[in-house]
Amino acid sequence: MSQQLINLTLNGVPTKVSVPVDMSALEMIRNVTGLTGTKYGCGEGECGACTILLDGVSLNSCLLFAVECDGRQVTTIEGLASDPLGLRIEKAFVEAGAVQCGFCTPGMVVQARQLLQDNPHPTREEIQRGIEGNLCRCTGYVKIIDAIEAIAVGKES
Amino acid sequence: MTALDNYVAPTSLEEAVEQLLELGEVTILAGGTDLMPQANAGRVKFKRTLMNIRRIPELRGIAREGDEIRIGALATISEIMAHPLVREHLPLLVSAGDHFASNQIRNAGTLGGNVCNASPAGDTLVPLMVLGASVELASMLDDKLYRRTMQLPEFFVGPGKTRLATAELLAAVRIPVPPQGFVARFHKFGTRPALDISAISIGVGGVLKNGVFSDVRVAFGAVAPTPVCGCATEEALEGKKLDAATIAAAAVAARDEVHPISDVRASDWYRKEMIHNMTKRILEDVSTTH
Ligand SMILES: Cc1cc2nc3c(=O)[nH]c(=O)nc-3n(C[C@H](O)[C@H](O)[C@H](O)COP(=O)(O)OP(=O)(O)OC[C@H]3O[C@@H](n4cnc5c(N)ncnc54)[C@H](O)[C@@H]3O)c2cc1C
Ligand code: FES
Ligand code: FES
Repeated sequence: MSQQLINLTLNGVPTKVSVPVDMSALEMIRNVTGLTGTKYGCGEGECGACTILLDGVSLNSCLLFAVECDGRQVTTIEGLASDPLGLRIEKAFVEAGAVQCGFCTPGMVVQARQLLQDNPHPTREEIQRGIEGNLCRCTGYVKIIDAIEAIAVGKES
Repeated sequence: MTALDNYVAPTSLEEAVEQLLELGEVTILAGGTDLMPQANAGRVKFKRTLMNIRRIPELRGIAREGDEIRIGALATISEIMAHPLVREHLPLLVSAGDHFASNQIRNAGTLGGNVCNASPAGDTLVPLMVLGASVELASMLDDKLYRRTMQLPEFFVGPGKTRLATAELLAAVRIPVPPQGFVARFHKFGTRPALDISAISIGVGGVLKNGVFSDVRVAFGAVAPTPVCGCATEEALEGKKLDAATIAAAAVAARDEVHPISDVRASDWYRKEMIHNMTKRILEDVSTTH
């Protein structure tokens, strides 16, 4: 497989990597750049554990070709640690007890950020629709929705 | 077949069609939401070159051109749903997007990819047929960029098969601006959006004036190898008053003209009944508009 040299901005840091042409962005993020916050759940676009932001828009990194990241801004869960809205979401998840095993959490937080950016005051139903591409096997979703709703209605503790 | 050993990312349409002609064995990449899982599952083998078309500005954008709306092949489902021209003139595409997978997939998946993937269950295809859409195809002819257009029903040949030539790419989808009084509906029957391939979908559109339905277009998805026109159903409706008798006759015509398969998702009998009942319900809904 031929390798391709690409330049991207990863969580604000200019990064140069060499990737096989058919590699997914998820594999690149985890195995080439070593950021393991983004999770591999299904590899098929069904679970959302691999959600990242590409130029500020959420998508499944398991379906994205790594070469497509050339010249673009990639933000992972690690990058949200220096993002005010990202930090508020993380705090709200902790406060609401929305994290059990934690495997879905990075993808949920990144997707919640997308949702709140598009629509700062979503209803519970809109929250449900917004995270329908993210599966959680532990929480039953209620506390995750509570956490996002807390921000939507400005009831963060 | 030779393995994938080359990557190109042309930055203009002209460069892209030139490369398509020169390189011959090329796999086109847009959002990758079909290509990546198909390649991982071994259902698609990469050709020698992977061509990423996402750096081509001419394939982007949504704009009005005369009495048509041109949607660039790279417009994502999310971009289409949010665009003011689409929301004003083509709300049917917005409701099709509502049924489409998840937010992440809508943010990545493109209209061109959905059309070229040519799945009989592709969610934009039935609405596009109801809207009378055509595809704009680009290639190199006599050293020049050449474009041709084709009506959508003609473009589809079978599951995953289109009339796209080897050195050709889909540049845009063109949709005539619907006339005054145009009413349309799209319904997809599945259980959970993000996990479901539709068992069946129906689209109906036409001009409703004083209770009379005309310029009718009907299309069905997932009842045949390609999305199909409901020509007999159209005939049962064209120029008629949309009353109970017309609706009942149209629902029977719909059931009789589809020839679905039986598979793990549903039997052919069930699919035919569903087409009958849903056509009826959609037409009742249309008849109460205004
Ligand atoms: C979890 C999941 C859920 C999904 N749910 C739905 C759904 O509900 N409804 C639905 O309809 N689809 C669904 N899909 C399928 C897919 O997301 C869509 O078909 C999407 O629109 C494909 O666009 P893309 O840009 O990602 O295509 P790609 O994967 O990049 O390309 C698809 C095919 O088209 C070719 N191609 C792409 N663009 C062009 C072009 N401009 N010219 C020539 N050839 C081209 C490619 O070579 C490839 O063969 C789903 C997929 C996944 C993974
Ligand atoms: S790993 Fe990407 S959606 Fe499941
Ligand atoms: S907390 Fe375990 S999968 Fe969501």
